[in-house]
Amino acid sequence: MILLLRRWLAFGLLAAVPLVSAHAQLSIEIVGGAATAIPIAIVPFDAEATWPLGITGIVGADLSRSGLFRLVNTDGVVPRPARAQDVQPAVWRGRNADAVVVGSMRPLPDGRVDVRFDLVDVVKQVTLASMAYTVTPAQFRATAHKIADVIYQKMTGAPGVFSTRIAYIAKQGPRYQLMVADADGFNPQSVVSSNQPLLSPRWSPDGTRIAYVSFESRKPVVYVQSLVTGARRAIANFRGSNSSPAWSPDGTKLVVTLSKDGGSQMFLMNPDGTGVTRVLASASIDTEAMFTPDGQSLVFTSDRGGTAQIYRVSLATHQIERLTFEGDYNVSPRPFPDGKGIAFVHRENGRFEIATLDFATRQMQVLTSGPSDESPSIAPNGRMIIYANEAGGGGTLAAVSTDGRVKQRLVAPATDVREPAWGPLPRS
Amino acid sequence: MRNILFAALIAVALVGCSTTPTKNAPVVDNSGAAGASGAQTAGAGTGAVNGNAAGSEAGNPLHNPNSILSKRSVYFDFDSFVVKDEYKPLVEAHARYLQSHPDARMTIQGNTDERGSREYNIALGQKRADAVKRMMVLLGAGDNQIETVSFGKEKPKNPGHDEAAWAENRRDDIVYAGE
Repeated sequence: MILLLRRWLAFGLLAAVPLVSAHAQLSIEIVGGAATAIPIAIVPFDAEATWPLGITGIVGADLSRSGLFRLVNTDGVVPRPARAQDVQPAVWRGRNADAVVVGSMRPLPDGRVDVRFDLVDVVKQVTLASMAYTVTPAQFRATAHKIADVIYQKMTGAPGVFSTRIAYIAKQGPRYQLMVADADGFNPQSVVSSNQPLLSPRWSPDGTRIAYVSFESRKPVVYVQSLVTGARRAIANFRGSNSSPAWSPDGTKLVVTLSKDGGSQMFLMNPDGTGVTRVLASASIDTEAMFTPDGQSLVFTSDRGGTAQIYRVSLATHQIERLTFEGDYNVSPRPFPDGKGIAFVHRENGRFEIATLDFATRQMQVLTSGPSDESPSIAPNGRMIIYANEAGGGGTLAAVSTDGRVKQRLVAPATDVREPAWGPLPRS
Repeated sequence: MRNILFAALIAVALVGCSTTPTKNAPVVDNSGAAGASGAQTAGAGTGAVNGNAAGSEAGNPLHNPNSILSKRSVYFDFDSFVVKDEYKPLVEAHARYLQSHPDARMTIQGNTDERGSREYNIALGQKRADAVKRMMVLLGAGDNQIETVSFGKEKPKNPGHDEAAWAENRRDDIVYAGE
């Protein structure tokens, strides 16, 4: 099944943000969908037409883009239902819908809007969700993402990630920008920019800070920057190279790769740059470390076995286990949020592809076909992996579902985009 | 601004609404600082004379095109960290220079071709820079005179995507302090 949804996103909203470059806005194309997408009817909310930017269009776009939903035509249903009790299941079963979303929008005297919706399972004939929000029109987009998250959760069992954000590096000519945008590519904002390379953005678990590597002082230095205040600090600026930051799940530590004592070795440190302690002492390259979700281990890339492979080390015992065995280049491990496996980059016949490894079965599954796929980052619900494709030198971002069925391309015209990092779920 | 508004107002929403960590992503422009660092001169093998360099420019062998010390690049084979024989005279000359100029300081910048992980390539470039430093120290240079850093695949000298470009990018560059 091929859903082709091509959206060139408007960027008029952004004119007031000085450093934001309109070119850096991502648009998302869906190039493949799930085999069994859930048919869902999203009925325009009562009085929604009062506002130029509605809500249901964004909800539908979110759900479609996930590849797990198929939108059912709602035209011609009269009267248009606005509450769960108005939904006639037979009408919607006749259109092959499994679920129907109805709702209303009412202006309040203070200028805000009362937004309500109901999610009805027309097969079982039960109301699965019933929510209300009081928001300003400026919050419609965020509200739509919240509604899509509720629907996704109720229908698939997994948390939705429509309210999350992504970070990425946009390169235009000699200029590098670390960008943060909504998961659908809207609201791109520049966090930092430089005429020297920026790479490896990594979200703190609470989404308030980003660690990254900047070459602005003619060598790789690790910074941590607050997204709240904009304040930043070089937390690892030792003699030699400082790179590959990653946060512990509780946000109290980072692991970084430093060459200060020779070689490329992993160190733990506090987010303020203090408390630097070496993890292992090896004669090999040990880098690209990430904490496992329980915070007890690191997965990392090492050439200790003669080729680049992925290992896991227990922080308590320092016991090391090799995880990858197929091929001679497996790098960039990213643990799944459930702790059951990793996504990583696998080289096969000179092609760099995104693959997953299940710890229990030891099975490797290759999800993409390259040729230059890199920097995978897993959505916080574990369902999608965003990554960079460097084919032909002009980088684009892409995403693939963990089962390999759903594929998206995220394109920013005239911009080389790379190094995507999927942010955490909003705190509830 | 819109997001702060959102964060503030969503808190008073009626039902089914949670707070959100959505924050402004503030803008910091470091392009000025980066430009001032002169970091664009990564390919220091051009022998360009910089007025800040220590010593007399007239007799400075580091910038005399007839001196081997003006040669600053060491190239590597694919997936290799071995300093090839053809670059040993260059490495030896710089080691002797450091030995005879104890105040001189040098950075060796390791680079890789464009293939593979960005972070892993930083480690590979570091290994190449460390290989040349190790040889220089064995030849009498002081450990503290040489800092090794890596640019990984981030600053290719040749922007192409073929073997010729890759060969040019698998490289260490030698840059003296003040250059």
